[in-house]
Amino acid sequence: MFRLKAALLLVCLSAPVMAWAVDDPSEMLPDPKQERQAEAIGAQLRCLVCQNESIEDSSAGLARDLRKVVREHVARGESSQQVIDWMVARYGNFIRLSPPVTIATLLLWGMPVLALLIGIVSAIMIFHRRTAMPTPLTEAEQARLRELADDR
Amino acid sequence: MSNEQTSPDGQSAVTRRRLLLGVPLLGGAGICGVAFWKMLSGMQTGSFNPHDINAPATGRPVPDFTLPDQTPGTGFATADLKALTRPVLINFFASWCIPCIAEMEALLALQKQLPIWGVAYKDKPENAAGLLKHAGNPYTRIGSDREGRVAIDWGVSGVPESFLIAPGGMIVWHSAAGLDSPEVRDGLKNALKAVSG
Repeated sequence: MFRLKAALLLVCLSAPVMAWAVDDPSEMLPDPKQERQAEAIGAQLRCLVCQNESIEDSSAGLARDLRKVVREHVARGESSQQVIDWMVARYGNFIRLSPPVTIATLLLWGMPVLALLIGIVSAIMIFHRRTAMPTPLTEAEQARLRELADDR
Repeated sequence: MSNEQTSPDGQSAVTRRRLLLGVPLLGGAGICGVAFWKMLSGMQTGSFNPHDINAPATGRPVPDFTLPDQTPGTGFATADLKALTRPVLINFFASWCIPCIAEMEALLALQKQLPIWGVAYKDKPENAAGLLKHAGNPYTRIGSDREGRVAIDWGVSGVPESFLIAPGGMIVWHSAAGLDSPEVRDGLKNALKAVSG
């Protein structure tokens, strides 16, 4: 009984590892180089049903169809860029998991640099304020200073 | 700096400057907050749908395709849409898709305003025919897309999905949501008005 439980536990634990999306080896291209190219393309394309998974990772029906399309294009000898462009023409830039740099995504891409700049500027300002902020002399102090200077 | 030191009111000038420095930060936070609030309220009223995929279909001619017959209608191809003299609504549906069945009533009502051509997406012909027998048939022509390949060329990511085709075969409007939603119907109505001139 314990062995059975242990075996079941092992199966459960390994389930996520086994969840390959390419659920049929016949989906794969015979040429390993082309298959690697197709996998690399698929990893950059969003599954439009699950939205935060690549078509290579998703088991949705549409993802499977799109994988098939990718492999057909690759088998025809198209470049990765050509296949991605074909997809973008149909589904828009949304299908790309990493958005391209456009006017609309400029803020997104510029955010790390912007955050660094804001950090540097505020650090400088805080530092500057701490060191160079002597309290101004009052009228009485200034008068006393003038008095002392005149004494000489 | 020297300006502030000689000013009799130096202390409050410094405070004012510090407050002014906070203005852009507060402003940015405010804009983000308003945008986020608008997005959330849009999700509630249905005017914003994060799952709506904005396929770049509108403003371009229909893709090249041929769809075989699906009873009880006849299939159609690119040439049929290019030969149009009045607008037609193309509706991708499937018998296994619950939102499609929910949409049927709206399609049946819409049928009186403009012809609707259906595409049975990845559906067994007998199941698609069964659905239309059961729920009523809003389509004047129906094509069968068993492999779902024509749908990919149209940029369809899931059923139901509808496209308004202007005479000449131009896609002028697209929705990835069902026509049972009043917002979607309004969008279609406006697009139809624009096409009809």
